[in-house]
Amino acid sequence: MRLIIRNSRVIDPLNNIDGIFDILIENGIISKISKEAKDRFDKVIDATNRITLPGLIDIHVHLREPGREDKETILSGTHAAAKGGITTILAMPNTDPPIDSVEKVRLVKEIIEKNAKIEVLISSAITLRREGKELVDMTRLKKEGIVAITDDGSSVDDPQLMRQAMLEAKKKNILVMLHCEDKSLSLKGVMNLGFISTCLGLRGIPKEAEFKRIERDLNLAKETDARIHITHISCKESVELIRKAKKEGLSLTCDTAPHYFSLTEEDLLDFDANKKVNPPLRTKEDVSAIKQAIREGVIDCIASDHAPHTEHEKEIEFENAEFGTIGLETELAVAITELIEPGIISWKELVRLFCVNPSYILGIEKRSLSPGKEANIIILDPQKEWIVKKEDFLSRSKNSAFLGKKLKGKVECTIYKGRIVFAQENEVYSNERVR
Amino acid sequence: MEWRHKDLLGLAELTKEEIELILDTASSFKEVSTREIKKVPALRGKSVVNLFYEPSTRTRVSFEIAAKRLSCDVINIIADTSSVRKGESLVDTGKNLEALKIDIIVLRHNSSGAAHLLARNVGVSVINAGDGWHEHPTQALLDIFTLKEKFGKIEGLNVTIVGDIAHSRVARSNIWGLTKLGAKVCVCAPKSLLPIEIERLGVEVFNDLDEALRDTDCVNVLRMQLERDEKTIFPSSLDYFKQYGITMERLKKLKRNILIMHPGPLNRGVEISSEVADGENSVILEQVTNGIAVRMAVLYLVTQARETIKNEAHH
Amino acid sequence: MREKAKIMDKDSIRRVLMRIAHEILEKNKGTYNLCLMGIRTRGVYLAQRLVEEIKKIENKSVPVGILDITLYRDDLTLIAPHPVVHKTEIDFDINDKNIVLVDDVLYTGRTVRAALDAIIDFGRPKTIQLAVLVDRGHRELPIRADYVGKNIPTSSTETIEVRVEEVDGKDEVIIVDKNIS
Repeated sequence: MRLIIRNSRVIDPLNNIDGIFDILIENGIISKISKEAKDRFDKVIDATNRITLPGLIDIHVHLREPGREDKETILSGTHAAAKGGITTILAMPNTDPPIDSVEKVRLVKEIIEKNAKIEVLISSAITLRREGKELVDMTRLKKEGIVAITDDGSSVDDPQLMRQAMLEAKKKNILVMLHCEDKSLSLKGVMNLGFISTCLGLRGIPKEAEFKRIERDLNLAKETDARIHITHISCKESVELIRKAKKEGLSLTCDTAPHYFSLTEEDLLDFDANKKVNPPLRTKEDVSAIKQAIREGVIDCIASDHAPHTEHEKEIEFENAEFGTIGLETELAVAITELIEPGIISWKELVRLFCVNPSYILGIEKRSLSPGKEANIIILDPQKEWIVKKEDFLSRSKNSAFLGKKLKGKVECTIYKGRIVFAQENEVYSNERVR
Repeated sequence: MEWRHKDLLGLAELTKEEIELILDTASSFKEVSTREIKKVPALRGKSVVNLFYEPSTRTRVSFEIAAKRLSCDVINIIADTSSVRKGESLVDTGKNLEALKIDIIVLRHNSSGAAHLLARNVGVSVINAGDGWHEHPTQALLDIFTLKEKFGKIEGLNVTIVGDIAHSRVARSNIWGLTKLGAKVCVCAPKSLLPIEIERLGVEVFNDLDEALRDTDCVNVLRMQLERDEKTIFPSSLDYFKQYGITMERLKKLKRNILIMHPGPLNRGVEISSEVADGENSVILEQVTNGIAVRMAVLYLVTQARETIKNEAHH
Repeated sequence: MREKAKIMDKDSIRRVLMRIAHEILEKNKGTYNLCLMGIRTRGVYLAQRLVEEIKKIENKSVPVGILDITLYRDDLTLIAPHPVVHKTEIDFDINDKNIVLVDDVLYTGRTVRAALDAIIDFGRPKTIQLAVLVDRGHRELPIRADYVGKNIPTSSTETIEVRVEEVDGKDEVIIVDKNIS
């Protein structure tokens, strides 16, 4: 099978490519990138005025299977990811039961094998049952193929245990991914503590709950020399701490989620619980700090923190609603709309944030469009404007913080290992034209 | 000026003109309650459901009387006695009421934002009768109505709200309404009962009561919710009375025509002394009377707006 | 919308009101137990002028009330923009009185129907009579006026506009065609 993608703008920072090329894919492998390729082919995609990128990586995704298949499954979640242009995701371990043992990793692997439409990497909890009391068996888990440990959703409160976890992870060369939140400070808070929480009469979460815990974990990392990655940072103070730690040479990375550079606490004035996330949406000032940090490379990558919840867990009283927004199908468009359009980053930088850096963070093969590599490729229309609607989501849950928003840039086709795993239903990708 | 909202959720989202329209309409409705036959047919055939998830006899009765004086049918649902106890969601309850072809839901709920949630999920009108710590728009409207009746205007008045501002929806609604109409608002409470960045609502913040009351034309005394089991540290009622209680002794030092308001029910000897509550500066019972007119106006305006929206959709 | 013709001017309105005042006094045999009730908005001013005319003739003051019938309308949902609700002001006892209801234009009769309901909520008058400046026909209810300033047959695309000094700056009655722009 020879597939050719004609005439698109190909952007691949690792090979320093940015220009109009044809991409030839043979038996799932990229075989050639050239101008006006004359090679024989079985199928052609005319991608004029489109942009072609290596498939994206999202290192923070809740697939909910096993346990909460009513919210999402590995099948529906990876389908949604494909629609969003993502070909590799790191699944979070806070399933029911949590992924904290070799047996549970095997269970998940089996489902992935059977149902996943794209690559799913597995992370394990740091502590058994995510209780923050007893460490998991990192040696065996590492052998089983997990790429990171995280108690995401909570933080390990006991500093002694966290230190131990980092030491152990350092020894086994495992990435420690940290959800930094001091629950003794966030308490029963449901949104950012400040003027808007005062207006709305809702309990606030102080920023300290995030950055004080980051501070603690940075110190532990310094002490233990573990490789840590801080996920979903949301405020100015966190950015500053990380900037400083990086300057001091700490081996540390971090990510933010699209809602932290596009939405603010003011978006909660309508009490829409789809925008109730943890950490909470912050102020305008924080959003600019996050954008600045992305531009400067203080923030290494963007991850969705895709957190599916059913309608009856979201369309209820704000204080009772679950935290989290889905994000797989909107993250690229939000980044294009909020970062590329206003000129904060370039397309090459976007690929670094969504693709090159995540692979570096996870210690997996670098994603590029080099000949000989697996063909994980997305084609997108950078000009296409669309409105986020409930009925268009492939995710089993519809709890998007971006519902009703107009976004720019839409993925038209996602190719994983040479196979089209998602394509928009239009003339270019319909069967007649894909000859 | 025309009212275009099917719901009344709070004063935060209203313009000065919209608030004035409610007050003007209420002033016309006040006359109805002085008649021999205290009833007009304006909303004949409409049904109002008082959906109360928190106990409140006073607000519920006020809404019920207001609705009946407009010839509405009124159904009361109190949380304990209905399926809400069996775990039916607010939205489901609302949709069921809508299926029963009722016209207006008056909602009292302990969660901030509950009225917004309900309003966007049902086509019937929703009137917020108090949601969590967020807003209690009709209480603030009746406070402002009473104030306007006494002083003839709101602009330029000094109003001081005393008490647990942090947990008070009455305070929030009053602050929105009064500042929009041009009053100068002060809030006074111990630090632990003041929410963060409250000054950004355009109010002056005091911890000392005597300082706060110096030039004030009206004190709105909030009820101390002694029953609350929050982590917030509450002063003992005796200490509170000493520092923040409105007493005759304090009153003597203030403007002679100062008005004393209280949203009720009163904790005599905690936030207000009996002498003051029953004294000649107190307009507490007038507030209760005016509540009917204000709620009649709101019921009337939201119904009118909803019917208009419905008609426009038809054409 | 275009003004088609002026039907009455200041003087003719004055003469008509004078005549109606005489008719009211004749029918009610003087001012005993008589009171007037103006329907908001323009009926109020016409009622006040009738009171003055009556005073000129009889040298007696007749009580006058103001009726806002918004809350008694049967077309709450049909009219836009919605009128602001105003107060009804009746500061006298209407029981056993002879009430003359005053309005500017009699058309479908629905306003008068609402006014009758409103009055009856205030008590039980002995009689209710109706005085209008203009009767333009097209009744939808079995209602007729006891005192008519002028009968003006109209088509349904036309409307009658009564203007009074107190509200509009001048006294006149004009006929307007809605179909001509």
